[in-house]
Amino acid sequence: MNTILSKERLSAEVFRMEIRAPEIAEARKPGQFIILQMGGEYDERIPLTIADASVERGSITLIFQAVGESTHRLALLEVGDTIANLLGPLGMPTEIKHYGKVVCIGGGIGVAPLYPIVEGMKRAGNDVTVIIGARTKELLILEDEMRAQADRLIVVTDDGSYGRKALVTEPLKELCQREKIDCVVAIGPPVMMKYVSLTTAEFDVHTIVSLNSIMIDGTGMCGGCRVIVDGKTKFACVNGPEFDGHLVDWDNLLLRLSTYRDVEEEAHHRCHIGLEIKEGEA
Amino acid sequence: MHTTIEELDAQAQDILIEYEGRDLKPRERIQIPLQEMPSQDPAIRVKNMEEVALGYTEAQVKAEALRCLQCKNKPCIAGCPVAIDIPAFIAEAAEGNFAKAAAIIKESSLLPSICGRVCPQESQCQLPCTVGKSLKDVDLSVSIGRIERFVADWARENKKETTPEVGPATGKRVAVVGSGPAGISAAADLRRAGHSVVMFEALHKAGGVLVYGIPEFRLPKTIVEHELKTLTDMGVEIRRNYLVGKTRTIKDMLGKDGFDAIFIGSGAGLPRFLNIEGENYVGVFSANEYLTRSNLMKAYDRDHSRTPIYNSHRVAVFGGGNVAMDAARTAKRLGAENVTIVYRRTEAEMPARKEEVAHAKEEGIEFLLLHAPLKIVADAKGRVNGVELITCELGEPDASGRRRPVEIPGSEKVHDFDTVIVAIGNDSNPLIHATTDGLEVNRWGNFIVDEETLETSIKGVYAGGDIVLGAATVILAMGQGRQAAKAMNEYLATL
Repeated sequence: MNTILSKERLSAEVFRMEIRAPEIAEARKPGQFIILQMGGEYDERIPLTIADASVERGSITLIFQAVGESTHRLALLEVGDTIANLLGPLGMPTEIKHYGKVVCIGGGIGVAPLYPIVEGMKRAGNDVTVIIGARTKELLILEDEMRAQADRLIVVTDDGSYGRKALVTEPLKELCQREKIDCVVAIGPPVMMKYVSLTTAEFDVHTIVSLNSIMIDGTGMCGGCRVIVDGKTKFACVNGPEFDGHLVDWDNLLLRLSTYRDVEEEAHHRCHIGLEIKEGEA
Repeated sequence: MHTTIEELDAQAQDILIEYEGRDLKPRERIQIPLQEMPSQDPAIRVKNMEEVALGYTEAQVKAEALRCLQCKNKPCIAGCPVAIDIPAFIAEAAEGNFAKAAAIIKESSLLPSICGRVCPQESQCQLPCTVGKSLKDVDLSVSIGRIERFVADWARENKKETTPEVGPATGKRVAVVGSGPAGISAAADLRRAGHSVVMFEALHKAGGVLVYGIPEFRLPKTIVEHELKTLTDMGVEIRRNYLVGKTRTIKDMLGKDGFDAIFIGSGAGLPRFLNIEGENYVGVFSANEYLTRSNLMKAYDRDHSRTPIYNSHRVAVFGGGNVAMDAARTAKRLGAENVTIVYRRTEAEMPARKEEVAHAKEEGIEFLLLHAPLKIVADAKGRVNGVELITCELGEPDASGRRRPVEIPGSEKVHDFDTVIVAIGNDSNPLIHATTDGLEVNRWGNFIVDEETLETSIKGVYAGGDIVLGAATVILAMGQGRQAAKAMNEYLATL
């Protein structure tokens, strides 16, 4: 169970793993996620969005960034190793249907979970523009895969080291000014999703975002992942993770994401010791 | 003053010298003093996670068993949700026949080590006890739960337990959804009847609320693991990391996967909040989250666990049930200087077991009774720094029969807290209902079942425990697991 079938380093800190999980592969739909736990008594549960799946191969693909201690340790697993605990698919699938003109926006590691949505949106007959962005060229992922799916692809980097030097919101705004967009899907850092939502609100374009709030069980039991949407408390794990970006209380989400920042910074520093990923690379 | 286990044991020895081996009259039995539960010194235990109640000594259990009058009408049995033959096991315990006593309990209850620890005996078997009635104090009833715990622990530690016998294979396949108390008892009875049983658990560890909810200091996890091992020894397959409703739907399990019947004991599992202002600030947690971090994820072991838990100094816990006590006592053990239970009624209305309330008080948990939270306030970074509370008084009884708290206008005051834990109960988890057409639920999301068979609106699908009852107790969930298994065994025999 949960054997790693392939592993690839997409950038300095981003890894792709294909994992054998036939039941999840069969049940999953774009937008859903899994939670994994590495099996030790003290290991944490990590939610990761499913980047791809193959029913034929009985596998799912995860793309993750080694940002914390646990994701660093995950990155050290090799082909043939198993992931002790893998639960999914969790959350509600993306509402994929024929909208017309769709813009899919991925920032940083958010490009990974965006991929199956782009695929789904294409299959549903939409005209799909994809905007992907990263801090710098090294951190850009899935450019070729996205190019193969999208009707047009716009690449931006914060520092201009590749593609256009811009934030994702700049080309988005131009697209909205130029033509009527029917739906925007944005996945990336919360601040990016917030500004995408603010941008599309001006043009009254329906905007779907995928929230990565703190969670433990992923089944609705703990309530740690609660977010405020349209003034009401929702659980990202069972009601989401996708919500209408115009209704999300972004400031509250950002506050809640900082709950354990003090503890995590300490652990992040500690995790480089003994692991082969050098400080500064992740 | 804290009385040590050695002192309590010496007192019990003296009682045995005086009373043991004699033909005692009821009047004499009633005079035997109640045996106190030995416990860790409060000053020490607030710094560790080890079990608080140490369990009776052999002398104590015999002395306590001598208090039982062996009533002809056996009122205690009627008070037990699974109808354990209480006088019979107590009589064996009084004689020191602990293996026999344990075997008598096991005929009715699969989890005596657990029930002896977590059952609310004062509102069940010990409530109608003749000894308590005669002494006009339920707290002086025979300590049935403590005796149960002793004999169950004794049988486990001395390897005198018998693995329940499994009947000849029927060729029928049954799925049990959830590995908490309801699922465990259903799985055992279904397996005993010879069916092949697969138990599905969403988390990475089996045991349900016994593992994620109830803290180590009240229920050691090794005991839960032991009980689960009994199930696997019987041939029950436990599949963890499997979320029924998501990984697989009920319909597919009945269809594609070929299960002949399904028992759903998925628990309440959706924490309730007060819906007051500020409830999503940083530092507000559901009791489920706080306890799951500490218990399941071992966050109490800050040096080793990779799951963080909030650094708290002044903690308010909203609620008056066992879960509120567990959360408060956990917070204290994690280093919070001041932990306060905020409850809108008085101690008399608190649903928590008396023993838990007493233990919490001994550990320095403060009780702010007749206070209701109005809103939570925070600093500029959104971190909780206070709770506005209003004072209440008790009015007329409400639907639950408890007197309704009435807020006193003008009594609002902001109290200084940096953490809030909300322990006001759970709603039903919507996952299975949302993915199962034709499954009927009531307005709280609890499954609607036939009162006798516990069958849901779908043929062959049964349910029990919190998903049916709302948030209830371990023993009631176990009782329902058994009740459903009985009906399922009858149903499976007709296939």
